[in-house]
Amino acid sequence: MEAVDPVIFRLAIFVLAVFVGYYVVWSVTPALHTPLMAVTNAISSVIIVGALLAATATAGGGGEAAVAAGSEGGAGFSRFLGFIAIILASVNIFGGFLVTQRMLAMYKKKER
Amino acid sequence: MSANLAALLYLGSGILFIMALRGLSSPETARQGNFFGMAGMAIAIVTTLLAVNLDFLSIVLIIGGVAIGGVAGAVIAKRIPMTAMPQLVAAFHSLVGLAAVLVAAAALYAPEAFHIAGPLGNLKTLSLLELALGTAIGAITFSGSVIAFAKLNGNMSGAPILLPARHLINIGLGVFIVIMIAFLMASGGDAKLAFWLITITAFIVGVTLIIPIGGADMPVVVSMLNSYSGWAAAALGFTLENTALLVTGALVGSSGAILSYIMCKGMNRSFISVILGGFGETGDAAADAGPQGTAKQGSAEDAAFVMKNAGKVIIVPGYGMAVAQAQHALKEMADILKEEGVDVAYAIHPVAGRMPGHMNVLLAEAQVPYDEVFELEDINSDFANADVAFVIGANDVTNPAAEDDPSSPIYGMPVLQVWKARTVFFVKRSLGSGYAGVENPLFFRDNTMMLLGDAKKMAESIVKSLE
Repeated sequence: MEAVDPVIFRLAIFVLAVFVGYYVVWSVTPALHTPLMAVTNAISSVIIVGALLAATATAGGGGEAAVAAGSEGGAGFSRFLGFIAIILASVNIFGGFLVTQRMLAMYKKKER
Repeated sequence: MSANLAALLYLGSGILFIMALRGLSSPETARQGNFFGMAGMAIAIVTTLLAVNLDFLSIVLIIGGVAIGGVAGAVIAKRIPMTAMPQLVAAFHSLVGLAAVLVAAAALYAPEAFHIAGPLGNLKTLSLLELALGTAIGAITFSGSVIAFAKLNGNMSGAPILLPARHLINIGLGVFIVIMIAFLMASGGDAKLAFWLITITAFIVGVTLIIPIGGADMPVVVSMLNSYSGWAAAALGFTLENTALLVTGALVGSSGAILSYIMCKGMNRSFISVILGGFGETGDAAADAGPQGTAKQGSAEDAAFVMKNAGKVIIVPGYGMAVAQAQHALKEMADILKEEGVDVAYAIHPVAGRMPGHMNVLLAEAQVPYDEVFELEDINSDFANADVAFVIGANDVTNPAAEDDPSSPIYGMPVLQVWKARTVFFVKRSLGSGYAGVENPLFFRDNTMMLLGDAKKMAESIVKSLE
Protein backbone atom coordinates (compact mmCIF):
# COMPACT_ATOMS: atom_id res chain seq x y z
CA MET A 1 0.00 0.00 0.00
CA GLU A 2 1.34 3.44 -0.83
CA ALA A 3 1.87 6.13 1.85
CA VAL A 4 -1.13 8.14 3.02
CA ASP A 5 -1.26 11.67 1.66
CA PRO A 6 -0.68 14.22 4.49
CA VAL A 7 -3.84 15.99 3.29
CA ILE A 8 -5.81 13.01 4.61
CA PHE A 9 -4.32 13.58 8.06
CA ARG A 10 -5.34 17.22 7.96
CA LEU A 11 -8.79 16.16 6.88
CA ALA A 12 -8.90 13.77 9.83
CA ILE A 13 -7.96 16.55 12.26
CA PHE A 14 -10.58 18.80 10.71
CA VAL A 15 -13.38 16.23 10.87
CA LEU A 16 -12.57 15.31 14.47
CA ALA A 17 -12.49 19.00 15.39
CA VAL A 18 -15.95 19.46 13.87
CA PHE A 19 -17.19 16.74 16.20
CA VAL A 20 -15.43 18.31 19.19
CA GLY A 21 -16.97 21.65 18.22
CA TYR A 22 -20.42 20.09 17.93
CA TYR A 23 -20.36 18.68 21.46
CA VAL A 24 -18.61 21.64 23.06
CA VAL A 25 -20.98 24.20 21.55
CA TRP A 26 -24.10 22.28 22.57
CA SER A 27 -22.87 22.45 26.15
CA VAL A 28 -22.65 26.25 26.02
CA THR A 29 -25.43 27.76 28.12
CA PRO A 30 -27.92 29.79 26.00
CA ALA A 31 -27.39 32.78 28.28
CA LEU A 32 -23.83 33.01 26.94
CA HIS A 33 -24.63 32.74 23.24
CA THR A 34 -23.68 36.36 22.55
CA PRO A 35 -20.27 36.01 24.24
CA LEU A 36 -19.89 32.74 22.31
CA MET A 37 -20.25 34.62 19.03
CA ALA A 38 -17.82 37.29 20.16
CA VAL A 39 -15.19 34.79 21.25
CA THR A 40 -15.53 32.61 18.14
CA ASN A 41 -14.98 35.81 16.22
CA ALA A 42 -11.80 36.47 18.14
CA ILE A 43 -10.39 32.97 17.73
CA SER A 44 -11.21 32.75 14.04
CA SER A 45 -8.80 35.65 13.66
CA VAL A 46 -6.05 33.09 14.14
CA ILE A 47 -6.07 33.52 10.38
CA ILE A 48 -3.48 36.14 11.31
CA VAL A 49 -0.88 33.34 11.02
CA GLY A 50 -1.57 33.39 7.27
CA ALA A 51 -1.33 37.16 7.24
CA LEU A 52 2.07 36.96 8.98
CA LEU A 53 3.34 34.52 6.35
CA ALA A 54 2.10 36.85 3.62
CA ALA A 55 3.73 39.91 5.18
CA THR A 56 7.10 38.15 5.40
CA ALA A 57 7.13 36.77 1.85
CA THR A 58 10.45 37.21 0.08
CA ALA A 59 11.19 37.02 -3.61
CA GLY A 60 14.19 34.73 -3.15
CA GLY A 61 12.35 32.17 -1.06
CA GLY A 62 11.47 29.80 -3.88
CA GLY A 63 14.76 29.91 -5.75
CA GLU A 64 14.74 29.65 -9.52
CA ALA A 65 11.31 28.15 -9.61
CA ALA A 66 9.84 31.14 -7.81
CA VAL A 67 11.53 33.52 -10.20
CA ALA A 68 10.13 31.52 -13.07
CA ALA A 69 6.67 31.94 -11.60
CA GLY A 70 7.24 35.66 -11.60
CA SER A 71 7.11 36.03 -7.84
CA GLU A 72 9.40 39.09 -7.81
CA GLY A 73 6.34 41.34 -7.88
CA GLY A 74 4.30 38.62 -6.19
CA ALA A 75 6.23 38.92 -2.94
CA GLY A 76 5.71 42.69 -2.75
CA PHE A 77 2.00 42.32 -3.45
CA SER A 78 1.77 39.51 -0.91
CA ARG A 79 3.38 41.73 1.72
CA PHE A 80 0.88 44.46 1.04
CA LEU A 81 -2.05 42.04 1.32
CA GLY A 82 -0.53 40.55 4.46
CA PHE A 83 -0.20 43.97 6.06
CA ILE A 84 -3.88 44.77 5.48
CA ALA A 85 -4.90 41.32 6.70
CA ILE A 86 -2.82 41.80 9.87
CA ILE A 87 -4.70 45.03 10.59
CA LEU A 88 -8.10 43.39 10.06
CA ALA A 89 -7.25 40.33 12.14
CA SER A 90 -5.80 42.47 14.94
CA VAL A 91 -8.98 44.53 15.17
CA ASN A 92 -10.81 41.26 15.68
CA ILE A 93 -8.35 39.69 18.09
CA PHE A 94 -8.19 42.68 20.41
CA GLY A 95 -11.78 43.75 19.90
CA GLY A 96 -13.16 40.22 20.13
CA PHE A 97 -11.40 39.11 23.29
CA LEU A 98 -11.84 42.45 25.07
CA VAL A 99 -15.53 42.78 24.31
CA THR A 100 -16.04 39.16 25.41
CA GLN A 101 -14.25 39.92 28.65
CA ARG A 102 -16.38 43.02 29.13
CA MET A 103 -19.57 41.05 28.60
CA LEU A 104 -18.57 38.16 30.82
CA ALA A 105 -17.67 40.53 33.64
CA MET A 106 -21.32 41.60 33.74
CA TYR A 107 -22.74 38.13 34.43
CA LYS A 108 -23.19 38.03 38.18
CA LYS A 109 -24.92 35.67 40.53
CA LYS A 110 -27.57 36.73 43.01
CA GLU A 111 -26.07 38.18 46.18
CA ARG A 112 -27.29 36.20 49.12
CA MET B 1 12.35 26.47 15.23
CA SER B 2 11.81 23.00 13.83
CA ALA B 3 8.66 22.44 11.81
CA ASN B 4 7.67 19.61 14.15
CA LEU B 5 7.88 21.78 17.26
CA ALA B 6 5.87 24.49 15.50
CA ALA B 7 3.20 21.95 14.57
CA LEU B 8 2.96 20.81 18.19
CA LEU B 9 2.64 24.38 19.40
CA TYR B 10 -0.16 25.02 16.90
CA LEU B 11 -1.88 21.92 18.22
CA GLY B 12 -1.57 23.33 21.74
CA SER B 13 -3.13 26.57 20.63
CA GLY B 14 -5.98 24.65 18.98
CA ILE B 15 -6.62 22.83 22.27
CA LEU B 16 -6.65 26.13 24.17
CA PHE B 17 -9.34 27.37 21.75
CA ILE B 18 -11.44 24.29 22.51
CA MET B 19 -11.02 25.07 26.23
CA ALA B 20 -12.10 28.66 25.57
CA LEU B 21 -15.46 27.49 24.21
CA ARG B 22 -15.77 24.80 26.86
CA GLY B 23 -15.54 27.51 29.52
CA LEU B 24 -18.74 29.08 28.23
CA SER B 25 -20.80 26.20 29.58
CA SER B 26 -21.25 28.27 32.75
CA PRO B 27 -20.80 31.96 33.60
CA GLU B 28 -18.43 30.93 36.41
CA THR B 29 -15.88 29.31 34.11
CA ALA B 30 -16.42 31.62 31.16
CA ARG B 31 -13.88 34.27 32.13
CA GLN B 32 -11.18 31.66 32.57
CA GLY B 33 -12.14 30.26 29.17
CA ASN B 34 -11.59 33.66 27.59
CA PHE B 35 -8.04 33.72 28.97
CA PHE B 36 -7.41 30.29 27.46
CA GLY B 37 -8.47 31.77 24.15
CA MET B 38 -6.08 34.70 24.50
CA ALA B 39 -3.23 32.33 25.45
CA GLY B 40 -3.98 30.15 22.43
CA MET B 41 -3.85 33.19 20.16
CA ALA B 42 -0.57 34.40 21.69
CA ILE B 43 1.04 30.99 21.20
CA ALA B 44 -0.10 30.80 17.57
CA ILE B 45 1.26 34.27 16.78
CA VAL B 46 4.61 33.82 18.55
CA THR B 47 5.14 30.40 16.95
CA THR B 48 4.55 31.88 13.51
CA LEU B 49 6.88 34.78 14.16
CA LEU B 50 9.66 32.39 15.21
CA ALA B 51 9.21 30.33 12.05
CA VAL B 52 9.26 33.08 9.40
CA ASN B 53 12.28 35.08 8.30
CA LEU B 54 11.93 38.57 9.64
CA ASP B 55 13.62 41.38 7.75
CA PHE B 56 13.32 45.05 8.60
CA LEU B 57 10.36 45.72 6.32
CA SER B 58 8.33 42.78 7.57
CA ILE B 59 8.95 43.78 11.20
CA VAL B 60 7.65 47.25 10.40
CA LEU B 61 4.61 45.80 8.62
CA ILE B 62 3.80 43.43 11.47
CA ILE B 63 4.25 45.87 14.33
CA GLY B 64 2.47 48.60 12.39
CA GLY B 65 -0.41 46.33 11.44
CA VAL B 66 -0.91 44.94 14.92
CA ALA B 67 -0.65 48.40 16.46
CA ILE B 68 -3.21 49.97 14.10
CA GLY B 69 -5.63 47.06 14.31
CA GLY B 70 -5.09 46.40 18.00
CA VAL B 71 -5.72 49.98 19.08
CA ALA B 72 -8.80 50.24 16.88
CA GLY B 73 -10.14 46.92 18.21
CA ALA B 74 -9.48 47.80 21.83
CA VAL B 75 -11.14 51.21 21.53
CA ILE B 76 -14.20 49.72 19.82
CA ALA B 77 -14.46 46.98 22.45
CA LYS B 78 -14.33 49.54 25.25
CA ARG B 79 -16.74 52.09 23.80
CA ILE B 80 -19.41 50.00 22.11
CA PRO B 81 -22.77 50.10 23.90
CA MET B 82 -24.18 46.67 24.74
CA THR B 83 -27.30 47.37 22.69
CA ALA B 84 -25.08 47.61 19.59
CA MET B 85 -23.62 44.14 20.09
CA PRO B 86 -25.42 42.51 17.11
CA GLN B 87 -23.98 45.11 14.70
CA LEU B 88 -20.53 44.74 16.25
CA VAL B 89 -20.54 40.98 15.82
CA ALA B 90 -21.64 41.38 12.20
CA ALA B 91 -18.85 43.91 11.62
CA PHE B 92 -16.27 41.58 13.14
CA HIS B 93 -17.45 38.73 10.92
CA SER B 94 -16.90 40.90 7.88
CA LEU B 95 -13.29 41.50 8.92
CA VAL B 96 -12.57 37.78 9.28
CA GLY B 97 -14.07 37.23 5.83
CA LEU B 98 -11.99 39.95 4.22
CA ALA B 99 -8.82 38.77 5.96
CA ALA B 100 -9.46 35.30 4.53
CA VAL B 101 -9.75 36.76 1.02
CA LEU B 102 -6.49 38.69 1.43
CA VAL B 103 -4.58 35.71 2.79
CA ALA B 104 -5.83 33.50 -0.03
CA ALA B 105 -4.75 36.10 -2.59
CA ALA B 106 -1.33 36.44 -0.96
CA ALA B 107 -0.89 32.67 -1.07
CA LEU B 108 -1.68 32.71 -4.77
CA TYR B 109 0.84 35.46 -5.54
CA ALA B 110 3.64 34.25 -3.25
CA PRO B 111 3.13 30.47 -2.98
CA GLU B 112 6.67 29.81 -1.81
CA ALA B 113 6.08 31.81 1.37
CA PHE B 114 3.21 29.44 2.17
CA HIS B 115 5.19 26.32 1.15
CA ILE B 116 2.62 25.36 -1.44
CA ALA B 117 4.71 25.88 -4.60
CA GLY B 118 5.24 22.81 -6.72
CA PRO B 119 8.59 21.99 -8.41
CA LEU B 120 7.86 24.22 -11.40
CA GLY B 121 6.65 27.16 -9.37
CA ASN B 122 3.09 26.10 -10.05
CA LEU B 123 0.68 25.61 -7.18
CA LYS B 124 -0.53 22.20 -6.16
CA THR B 125 -3.99 21.58 -7.54
CA LEU B 126 -5.45 20.77 -4.15
CA SER B 127 -3.99 23.97 -2.66
CA LEU B 128 -5.70 25.92 -5.42
CA LEU B 129 -9.02 24.34 -4.51
CA GLU B 130 -8.51 25.30 -0.85
CA LEU B 131 -7.53 28.84 -1.77
CA ALA B 132 -10.50 29.21 -4.07
CA LEU B 133 -12.91 27.95 -1.42
CA GLY B 134 -11.25 30.16 1.20
CA THR B 135 -11.63 33.29 -0.89
CA ALA B 136 -15.16 32.43 -2.05
CA ILE B 137 -16.50 31.74 1.45
CA GLY B 138 -14.49 34.65 2.87
CA ALA B 139 -15.91 37.04 0.27
CA ILE B 140 -19.50 35.89 0.91
CA THR B 141 -18.89 36.32 4.64
CA PHE B 142 -17.53 39.81 4.07
CA SER B 143 -20.23 41.30 1.87
CA GLY B 144 -23.01 39.37 3.65
CA SER B 145 -21.85 40.71 7.01
CA VAL B 146 -21.65 44.24 5.66
CA ILE B 147 -25.31 43.99 4.61
CA ALA B 148 -26.25 42.42 7.96
CA PHE B 149 -24.40 45.23 9.73
CA ALA B 150 -26.22 47.89 7.69
CA LYS B 151 -29.59 46.29 8.45
CA LEU B 152 -28.88 45.90 12.18
CA ASN B 153 -27.36 49.36 12.49
CA GLY B 154 -30.26 51.00 10.70
CA ASN B 155 -28.18 52.25 7.75
CA MET B 156 -30.46 50.13 5.62
CA SER B 157 -34.10 49.21 6.02
CA GLY B 158 -34.62 45.88 7.77
CA ALA B 159 -37.34 45.02 5.29
CA PRO B 160 -36.59 42.20 2.89
CA ILE B 161 -35.46 43.35 -0.57
CA LEU B 162 -36.69 40.85 -3.12
CA LEU B 163 -34.95 40.86 -6.49
CA PRO B 164 -36.93 39.31 -9.33
CA ALA B 165 -35.71 35.79 -10.12
CA ARG B 166 -33.27 36.00 -7.25
CA HIS B 167 -32.99 32.22 -6.90
CA LEU B 168 -32.02 31.95 -10.55
CA ILE B 169 -29.48 34.74 -10.12
CA ASN B 170 -27.93 32.99 -7.11
CA ILE B 171 -27.78 29.64 -8.88
CA GLY B 172 -26.20 31.30 -11.93
CA LEU B 173 -23.57 33.04 -9.82
CA GLY B 174 -22.87 29.80 -7.94
CA VAL B 175 -22.37 27.86 -11.16
CA PHE B 176 -20.05 30.58 -12.46
CA ILE B 177 -17.94 30.34 -9.28
CA VAL B 178 -17.63 26.56 -9.68
CA ILE B 179 -16.54 26.91 -13.30
CA MET B 180 -13.95 29.53 -12.39
CA ILE B 181 -12.60 27.31 -9.58
CA ALA B 182 -12.15 24.48 -12.08
CA PHE B 183 -10.45 26.89 -14.46
CA LEU B 184 -8.08 28.15 -11.77
CA MET B 185 -7.16 24.60 -10.78
CA ALA B 186 -6.54 23.57 -14.38
CA SER B 187 -4.26 26.56 -14.93
CA GLY B 188 -1.97 25.59 -12.05
CA GLY B 189 -2.47 28.99 -10.47
CA ASP B 190 -1.56 31.09 -13.51
CA ALA B 191 -5.14 32.19 -14.09
CA LYS B 192 -5.05 35.00 -11.56
CA LEU B 193 -8.02 36.57 -13.29
CA ALA B 194 -10.13 33.50 -12.45
CA PHE B 195 -9.23 33.96 -8.78
CA TRP B 196 -10.39 37.56 -8.80
CA LEU B 197 -13.56 36.66 -10.71
CA ILE B 198 -14.34 34.06 -8.05
CA THR B 199 -13.77 36.66 -5.36
CA ILE B 200 -15.84 39.39 -6.99
CA THR B 201 -18.69 37.02 -7.82
CA ALA B 202 -18.69 35.76 -4.23
CA PHE B 203 -18.92 39.37 -3.01
CA ILE B 204 -22.06 39.74 -5.13
CA VAL B 205 -23.47 36.45 -3.84
CA GLY B 206 -23.01 37.68 -0.26
CA VAL B 207 -25.21 40.67 -1.08
CA THR B 208 -27.90 38.81 -3.02
CA LEU B 209 -28.02 36.17 -0.29
CA ILE B 210 -28.63 38.56 2.61
CA ILE B 211 -30.77 41.42 1.22
CA PRO B 212 -33.96 39.31 0.91
CA ILE B 213 -33.76 38.35 4.59
CA GLY B 214 -35.83 40.51 6.95
CA GLY B 215 -34.65 42.27 10.11
CA ALA B 216 -36.28 39.84 12.52
CA ASP B 217 -34.53 36.90 10.87
CA MET B 218 -31.18 38.50 11.65
CA PRO B 219 -30.40 36.09 14.54
CA VAL B 220 -30.20 33.32 11.95
CA VAL B 221 -28.17 35.44 9.53
CA VAL B 222 -25.64 36.52 12.15
CA SER B 223 -25.20 32.90 13.28
CA MET B 224 -24.90 31.72 9.69
CA LEU B 225 -22.21 34.29 8.85
CA ASN B 226 -20.41 33.23 12.03
CA SER B 227 -20.39 29.72 10.63
CA TYR B 228 -19.14 30.85 7.20
CA SER B 229 -16.24 32.77 8.72
CA GLY B 230 -15.21 29.51 10.37
CA TRP B 231 -15.37 27.46 7.17
CA ALA B 232 -13.31 30.11 5.34
CA ALA B 233 -10.64 29.90 8.05
CA ALA B 234 -10.69 26.09 7.90
CA ALA B 235 -10.18 26.08 4.12
CA LEU B 236 -7.07 28.20 4.55
CA GLY B 237 -5.99 25.98 7.44
CA PHE B 238 -5.61 23.19 4.88
CA THR B 239 -3.47 25.43 2.66
CA LEU B 240 -1.25 26.57 5.51
CA GLU B 241 -1.07 23.05 6.94
CA ASN B 242 -1.83 24.67 10.26
CA THR B 243 -3.61 22.71 12.99
CA ALA B 244 -4.60 25.80 15.00
CA LEU B 245 -6.39 27.25 11.99
CA LEU B 246 -8.00 23.93 11.08
CA VAL B 247 -9.30 23.32 14.59
CA THR B 248 -10.52 26.90 14.98
CA GLY B 249 -12.26 26.82 11.63
CA ALA B 250 -14.03 23.60 12.58
CA LEU B 251 -15.03 24.97 16.00
CA VAL B 252 -16.35 28.27 14.68
CA GLY B 253 -18.02 26.62 11.72
CA SER B 254 -19.94 24.17 13.87
CA SER B 255 -20.67 26.82 16.50
CA GLY B 256 -22.35 29.06 13.95
CA ALA B 257 -24.21 26.13 12.42
CA ILE B 258 -25.58 25.04 15.80
CA LEU B 259 -26.64 28.58 16.68
CA SER B 260 -28.41 28.88 13.31
CA TYR B 261 -30.21 25.62 14.04
CA ILE B 262 -31.29 26.79 17.51
CA MET B 263 -32.56 30.09 16.09
CA CYS B 264 -34.50 28.37 13.29
CA LYS B 265 -36.05 25.99 15.79
CA GLY B 266 -37.02 28.96 17.97
CA MET B 267 -38.97 30.32 15.02
CA ASN B 268 -40.22 26.93 13.80
CA ARG B 269 -38.82 27.71 10.37
CA SER B 270 -36.54 25.63 8.24
CA PHE B 271 -33.06 26.94 7.60
CA ILE B 272 -33.78 26.84 3.87
CA SER B 273 -36.87 29.04 4.16
CA VAL B 274 -34.96 31.64 6.17
CA ILE B 275 -32.15 31.67 3.61
CA LEU B 276 -34.59 31.97 0.73
CA GLY B 277 -35.86 35.04 2.52
CA GLY B 278 -38.86 37.29 2.13
CA PHE B 279 -40.67 36.56 5.37
CA GLY B 280 -43.15 39.34 6.09
CA GLU B 281 -44.37 39.50 2.52
CA THR B 282 -46.86 36.72 3.08
CA GLY B 283 -48.36 38.11 6.27
CA ASP B 284 -50.84 40.37 4.48
CA ALA B 285 -53.77 37.99 4.74
CA ALA B 286 -53.49 37.82 8.50
CA ALA B 287 -53.17 41.58 8.83
CA ASP B 288 -56.29 42.13 6.76
CA ALA B 289 -58.37 40.38 9.38
CA GLY B 290 -58.12 43.56 11.45
CA PRO B 291 -58.47 43.87 15.21
CA GLN B 292 -60.53 41.13 16.78
CA GLY B 293 -62.01 43.17 19.59
CA THR B 294 -61.11 46.01 21.86
CA ALA B 295 -57.96 46.05 23.88
CA LYS B 296 -58.02 47.21 27.45
CA GLN B 297 -55.61 50.01 28.17
CA GLY B 298 -54.02 50.57 31.52
CA SER B 299 -51.71 53.07 33.15
CA ALA B 300 -48.41 52.80 34.95
CA GLU B 301 -50.28 53.24 38.24
CA ASP B 302 -52.53 50.25 37.51
CA ALA B 303 -49.52 48.09 36.69
CA ALA B 304 -47.63 49.24 39.78
CA PHE B 305 -50.61 48.47 42.02
CA VAL B 306 -51.22 44.98 40.63
CA MET B 307 -47.55 43.98 40.62
CA LYS B 308 -46.93 45.28 44.13
CA ASN B 309 -49.65 42.96 45.42
CA ALA B 310 -48.59 39.99 43.33
CA GLY B 311 -46.80 36.91 44.61
CA LYS B 312 -44.92 36.10 41.42
CA VAL B 313 -44.07 38.29 38.43
CA ILE B 314 -42.43 36.95 35.27
CA ILE B 315 -40.83 39.55 32.99
CA VAL B 316 -40.66 38.79 29.25
CA PRO B 317 -38.24 41.13 27.46
CA GLY B 318 -38.02 41.49 23.68
CA TYR B 319 -36.36 43.56 20.99
CA GLY B 320 -38.44 46.60 22.01
CA MET B 321 -36.60 46.65 25.34
CA ALA B 322 -33.28 46.78 23.50
CA VAL B 323 -34.45 49.58 21.18
CA ALA B 324 -35.70 51.68 24.09
CA GLN B 325 -32.68 50.79 26.27
CA ALA B 326 -35.16 49.97 29.01
CA GLN B 327 -33.11 47.28 30.78
CA HIS B 328 -31.84 49.54 33.59
CA ALA B 329 -35.27 51.00 34.38
CA LEU B 330 -36.67 47.47 34.24
CA LYS B 331 -34.10 46.21 36.73
CA GLU B 332 -34.94 49.11 39.06
CA MET B 333 -38.62 48.14 38.85
CA ALA B 334 -37.77 44.50 39.62
CA ASP B 335 -35.63 45.52 42.59
CA ILE B 336 -38.47 47.48 44.18
CA LEU B 337 -40.84 44.57 43.62
CA LYS B 338 -38.37 42.19 45.24
CA GLU B 339 -38.16 44.48 48.25
CA GLU B 340 -41.93 44.25 48.47
CA GLY B 341 -41.54 40.49 48.70
CA VAL B 342 -42.58 39.73 45.13
CA ASP B 343 -40.88 36.78 43.43
CA VAL B 344 -39.42 38.10 40.16
CA ALA B 345 -38.07 36.01 37.27
CA TYR B 346 -37.18 36.72 33.64
CA ALA B 347 -38.23 34.53 30.72
CA ILE B 348 -36.13 34.60 27.55
CA HIS B 349 -37.32 33.27 24.21
CA PRO B 350 -34.47 31.90 22.02
CA VAL B 351 -35.15 34.39 19.22
CA ALA B 352 -35.91 37.45 21.38
CA GLY B 353 -33.76 40.29 20.09
CA ARG B 354 -31.51 40.39 17.07
CA MET B 355 -28.89 37.79 17.93
CA PRO B 356 -28.54 34.66 20.05
CA GLY B 357 -28.35 35.58 23.73
CA HIS B 358 -29.08 39.27 23.02
CA MET B 359 -31.53 39.70 25.94
CA ASN B 360 -29.27 37.89 28.39
CA VAL B 361 -26.41 40.30 27.72
CA LEU B 362 -28.63 43.35 28.15
CA LEU B 363 -30.05 42.04 31.43
CA ALA B 364 -26.53 41.21 32.61
CA GLU B 365 -25.51 44.77 31.74
CA ALA B 366 -28.31 46.04 33.98
CA GLN B 367 -26.86 43.75 36.68
CA VAL B 368 -29.75 41.35 36.74
CA PRO B 369 -28.32 38.20 38.39
CA TYR B 370 -28.14 35.41 35.79
CA ASP B 371 -29.85 32.93 38.07
CA GLU B 372 -33.06 34.96 37.85
CA VAL B 373 -33.06 34.61 34.06
CA PHE B 374 -34.60 31.48 32.54
CA GLU B 375 -34.87 29.93 29.09
CA LEU B 376 -38.20 29.14 27.49
CA GLU B 377 -38.35 25.42 28.31
CA ASP B 378 -37.31 26.00 31.93
CA ILE B 379 -39.93 28.61 32.78
CA ASN B 380 -42.87 28.03 30.46
CA SER B 381 -44.76 25.87 32.95
CA ASP B 382 -44.39 28.58 35.63
CA PHE B 383 -46.71 31.08 33.92
CA ALA B 384 -49.72 29.14 35.23
CA ASN B 385 -48.58 29.91 38.79
CA ALA B 386 -47.64 33.51 38.10
CA ASP B 387 -49.84 36.42 39.06
CA VAL B 388 -48.39 38.74 36.47
CA ALA B 389 -46.62 38.29 33.13
CA PHE B 390 -44.93 41.59 32.27
CA VAL B 391 -44.17 41.61 28.53
CA ILE B 392 -41.86 44.44 27.55
CA GLY B 393 -41.01 44.93 23.90
CA ALA B 394 -41.85 41.35 22.85
CA ASN B 395 -44.83 40.35 20.72
CA ASP B 396 -44.74 37.37 18.38
CA VAL B 397 -42.93 35.17 20.91
CA THR B 398 -46.00 35.42 23.19
CA ASN B 399 -48.66 34.90 20.51
CA PRO B 400 -51.13 32.14 21.46
CA ALA B 401 -52.08 31.78 17.77
CA ALA B 402 -48.79 29.91 17.37
CA GLU B 403 -50.37 27.14 19.47
CA ASP B 404 -54.05 27.19 18.57
CA ASP B 405 -54.52 28.75 15.12
CA PRO B 406 -53.24 26.53 12.29
CA SER B 407 -53.89 29.32 9.76
CA SER B 408 -51.44 31.64 11.50
CA PRO B 409 -48.11 32.18 9.70
CA ILE B 410 -46.30 31.51 12.96
CA TYR B 411 -48.30 28.40 13.85
CA GLY B 412 -46.04 25.80 15.45
CA MET B 413 -43.45 28.23 16.74
CA PRO B 414 -42.64 27.61 20.41
CA VAL B 415 -44.01 30.56 22.42
CA LEU B 416 -43.95 31.77 26.00
CA GLN B 417 -47.38 30.96 27.46
CA VAL B 418 -47.82 34.33 29.13
CA TRP B 419 -51.61 34.13 28.79
CA LYS B 420 -51.67 31.49 31.53
CA ALA B 421 -50.66 34.10 34.09
CA ARG B 422 -53.49 35.74 36.07
CA THR B 423 -52.80 39.15 34.52
CA VAL B 424 -50.73 40.06 31.46
CA PHE B 425 -49.24 43.53 31.04
CA PHE B 426 -48.06 44.40 27.56
CA VAL B 427 -45.68 47.33 27.25
CA LYS B 428 -45.84 48.30 23.61
CA ARG B 429 -45.57 51.39 21.47
CA SER B 430 -48.86 50.76 19.67
CA LEU B 431 -51.42 48.06 19.04
CA GLY B 432 -49.69 47.20 15.77
CA SER B 433 -48.79 43.70 14.77
CA GLY B 434 -45.35 42.08 15.04
CA TYR B 435 -42.75 41.75 12.31
CA ALA B 436 -44.64 39.04 10.49
CA GLY B 437 -47.75 41.22 10.27
CA VAL B 438 -49.40 38.73 12.58
CA GLU B 439 -52.18 39.96 14.80
CA ASN B 440 -51.69 38.98 18.45
CA PRO B 441 -55.09 37.90 19.87
CA LEU B 442 -53.62 38.22 23.32
CA PHE B 443 -54.13 42.00 23.22
CA PHE B 444 -57.89 41.51 23.30
CA ARG B 445 -58.18 39.00 26.09
CA ASP B 446 -59.88 39.84 29.37
CA ASN B 447 -56.83 39.36 31.53
CA THR B 448 -54.58 41.48 29.29
CA MET B 449 -53.87 45.14 29.93
CA MET B 450 -52.00 47.19 27.36
CA LEU B 451 -49.48 49.75 28.60
CA LEU B 452 -48.98 51.83 25.49
CA GLY B 453 -45.79 53.86 25.31
CA ASP B 454 -42.02 53.74 25.12
CA ALA B 455 -40.65 50.79 27.09
CA LYS B 456 -38.14 52.83 29.05
CA LYS B 457 -40.54 55.64 29.93
CA MET B 458 -43.19 53.14 30.96
CA ALA B 459 -40.78 51.24 33.22
CA GLU B 460 -39.67 54.53 34.74
CA SER B 461 -43.20 55.69 35.47
CA ILE B 462 -44.03 52.32 37.04
CA VAL B 463 -40.99 52.77 39.27
CA LYS B 464 -42.28 56.20 40.21
CA SER B 465 -45.70 54.83 41.10
CA LEU B 466 -44.16 52.03 43.12
CA GLU B 467 -42.12 54.41 45.26
